[in-house]
Amino acid sequence: MRAVDNLKHLLAPLLSGARDLLPIVLVIAFFQLAVLQQPIPNVGELLLGTLFVMIGLALFVRGLEMGLFPVGENMAYAFASKGSLSWLLLFAFALGFGTTVAEPALIAVAAEAAEVAAAGQMIAHTAQAKEDYADGLRLTVAVSVGFAIVIGVLRIIRGWPIHYLIIAGYIGVIIMTAFAPPEIIGIAYDSGGVTTSTITVPLVTALGVGLASSIKGRNPMIDGFGLIAFASLTPMIFVMAYGMVI
Amino acid sequence: MPTHHPFSELLYTLLGTITDVLPIALIIFGFQLFVLHKPIPRIGRVLAGFAYVLIGLAFFLEGLELALFPLGKLMAAQLTDPAFIASVTHHVNSLDWWDYPWVYLFAFAIGFATTIAEPALLAVAIKANQVSAGTIGVMGLRVAVALGVAIGIALGTYRIVSGTPLHWYIIVGYVVVVIQTYFAPRIIIALAYDSGGVTTSTVTVPLVAALGLGLASTVPGRSALLDGFGLIAFASLFPMMTVMAYAQLSEWRARRASGAN
Repeated sequence: MRAVDNLKHLLAPLLSGARDLLPIVLVIAFFQLAVLQQPIPNVGELLLGTLFVMIGLALFVRGLEMGLFPVGENMAYAFASKGSLSWLLLFAFALGFGTTVAEPALIAVAAEAAEVAAAGQMIAHTAQAKEDYADGLRLTVAVSVGFAIVIGVLRIIRGWPIHYLIIAGYIGVIIMTAFAPPEIIGIAYDSGGVTTSTITVPLVTALGVGLASSIKGRNPMIDGFGLIAFASLTPMIFVMAYGMVI
Repeated sequence: MPTHHPFSELLYTLLGTITDVLPIALIIFGFQLFVLHKPIPRIGRVLAGFAYVLIGLAFFLEGLELALFPLGKLMAAQLTDPAFIASVTHHVNSLDWWDYPWVYLFAFAIGFATTIAEPALLAVAIKANQVSAGTIGVMGLRVAVALGVAIGIALGTYRIVSGTPLHWYIIVGYVVVVIQTYFAPRIIIALAYDSGGVTTSTVTVPLVAALGLGLASTVPGRSALLDGFGLIAFASLFPMMTVMAYAQLSEWRARRASGAN
C-alpha cells in the first residue's frame, strides 16, 4: 500500500508539470510546423528537456511547501512576537535588497541599459563607464526593492489600504516620465518586472501573509498580499531618477 | 557547436541557482541566529525544502534550455524576419502594422503559454488558494494572469511595430487599473496588484526579450536599443486588469445566480 501511495505522490506532481508545459509545446509546434513549415529539430533533446522541466516543477512545488513557505511564515510570526518594528523593517530592507542585487535578470537588463546610455551619449563609450553605469543601476534597483518591502511591511502593520499607496506610486511614475531622459523610460518600465525572482516571490508572499495573520485585525487576503506589487513599482521611479541624475 | 552534455550543463545551472539563493539564505539565517535568537522549527525539513527548490529550479531551467528556448528564440527571430513577412504579405515596400499578423498571434500565444508554466506564479496561486480557503482557484488565477500577459505582449509587439510612445500606453493602463480598483471586490485587489510583478521571470523573460529584440531590429525605423524595451512592462500591467476582471466576473455571476433563485 505504502509503495503505491509513494508512487502516487511522485507521479501526480510530474503529471501536473507536464500539463503546465503543454501550452508552450503546442504553441511552438504549431508555429514551427504550420506557420514556418519546418520540421522540429532534435526531438531527443526536446523529450529530455520536457522530462527535466516536469521533474523540476515537481521538486520546486514540494520544496515550496517544505522550505520557502514555512520559513517566510515563521519569520513573520517570530518578528511579530518579538515586537521590534525596527528589526522587522531592517529585515524587510535586507531581504528586498539582498535578493535583488544578485538577480541574473537584473544584471542582464543593467548591462543592456548601459549600452543604451552609451548609444544615447549619456555616458562615455568605454567599458569602464558602462560597467560603472550598470553597477549603479543595479544598486539603485536593489535599494528601491528594499525600500518597497519596507513600505509594504509598514502598510501591513498599520493596515493602510493598498490602492492609495499604489495610486500614489503611479502618479510618481507619470511625473518622473515627464522629466526623465527618453532613453531611460523603456528600461525603467521594464525594471519593475524583472526584479522579483522565482525564489523571492514565494518567500516575500509567505512573509506578508504570515504578518497579516499574526497581527490582530488584519485579513491575510486583503492585507497579506501586495509586497510584490510595491517591489515592481518603486524600481520604475528610482531608475528614472537615476537616469536624471547621471 | 561546442559539445554540451545535458547533465554537466545541469550541474552548472545548479551552481548558478545556489549562488542566487546564497544571499537570501545568509539574510534569513543571520536574522534567525543574531536577531530572533530562535532556531528554525523543523530545520532539517526546511533545509531539505530549500534543496528541493534549488535542484527543481536547476532541472526546470536546464529543461527549458534543452527543449524550448533555442527553438522559441529562433522562432521569434524567424517570424520577425523581413523575408518571412514578405512571404506572407507578398510585398516588401512600406510595410504597415497589419503586415505582422503572425507576430501578434505568436506574441499572444507564447505570452499565455509561458505564464502558465511560470513557477513564481504557481507559488502565489497556491498561497492565494490556501489563504482564501479555496475561493480563488489555482488554475483560475493562473489563466487570468496568463490572459493578461498574452494581451500585454501582443499589444506590446504592436507598439514596437507601430513605433508609438510607450508611456501613453502605460498611463492609460494605469487609469484603467485605478478605475477597476473602485469596482473590484476588495479581497482581490492586493493579489491583482501582485500578479503584475510575478508574471515575468524565468520562463517568460528570455522568450519575450528575444521577440522584442527581433522586432525592434528588423522593423524599419526602429532601434533594437531604444525600442526593444517595454514588453516586460506590458506583461506586468495587463494581468492586474485581467485578474480584477476575473474577480468582477465571478462576483457578478455569483450575484446573478443567487438573484435567480
